[in-house]
Amino acid sequence: MTIPPGTSITIKDSAQPGHIRTPYYIRGKTGVIERSLGEFKNPEQLAYSLPSSLYELYRVRFKMSELWNHDIENPNDTVEAEVFSHWIEEYNNAT
Amino acid sequence: MPHDGHDHLSSSGHPFRKDNDTPLTYWQLMEISVRELMITKGEFSSTEINKQIEIMDARTPANGSALVARAWSDPEFKKRLLKNGAEAARELGFDIGPMHLIAVENTEHVHNLIVCTLCSCYPRNLLGFPPDWYKTKEYRSRAVKEPRSVLEEFGLVLPAEINLRVHDSTADMRYIVLPMRPKWTHEMNENDLARLISRDSMIGTSIIGSNP
Repeated sequence: MTIPPGTSITIKDSAQPGHIRTPYYIRGKTGVIERSLGEFKNPEQLAYSLPSSLYELYRVRFKMSELWNHDIENPNDTVEAEVFSHWIEEYNNAT
Repeated sequence: MPHDGHDHLSSSGHPFRKDNDTPLTYWQLMEISVRELMITKGEFSSTEINKQIEIMDARTPANGSALVARAWSDPEFKKRLLKNGAEAARELGFDIGPMHLIAVENTEHVHNLIVCTLCSCYPRNLLGFPPDWYKTKEYRSRAVKEPRSVLEEFGLVLPAEINLRVHDSTADMRYIVLPMRPKWTHEMNENDLARLISRDSMIGTSIIGSNP
């Protein structure tokens, strides 16, 4: 099921090798689903010419204060990144 | 002054650029080999390759400017652009291939900035080749950590009450900033508007300023 916009989710804190499109600075961080983008093939497979099934891709919005511990220019500023569904931790539907 | 001791400078005062007569790297050799093999096998011709390079070189930020100028002039088009950037670009006749485009709108309260921290993803079909600085590690790392300082170096000081949104092109989407239309342009037609809209304003490192 597609995660609805506004849902708070956490990115998996994994350090697996390969062609990963989830940048390190958002791993283990919590953000909010901004919108879902539809299903796309997984670059982690495509990069090695492996067949890939389709994964939902999301835009996730993070607060600067969540991403960086200190020297934050403005706590209200945000960074949004595209994250594949298999990089999102199990989340609580109710929240 | 060729003998003034400054051997690294030409007589015009510019630094010499080293000749690229070093041996080919592994991947350069690989690219040439695969290309020549495919030409030999008749997959495509060298003419077709050159034609494709010419198409890539011909793309300029003017395409993006035309898109923004239309959005400024036609509120219904602007709605469609913000809903589905790729469809709106195709509507104007731009060949953007399979690109997925998200247009993000600057307002009185929000400023948007585009980056690709992992490589150099950029809406080339609409803006041409990315500027060199866009591909540097410095821009890519600082834009998500200290974007306001980066913008200041571009000459753009954002007031604290403006919400800055940085967009990291990490996967399949490409982004274009829809800059704010300055009030003084309210009588200008679409063609004149397009001339005002700079590449950097569509990346988010500048805004369209006051009446020049």
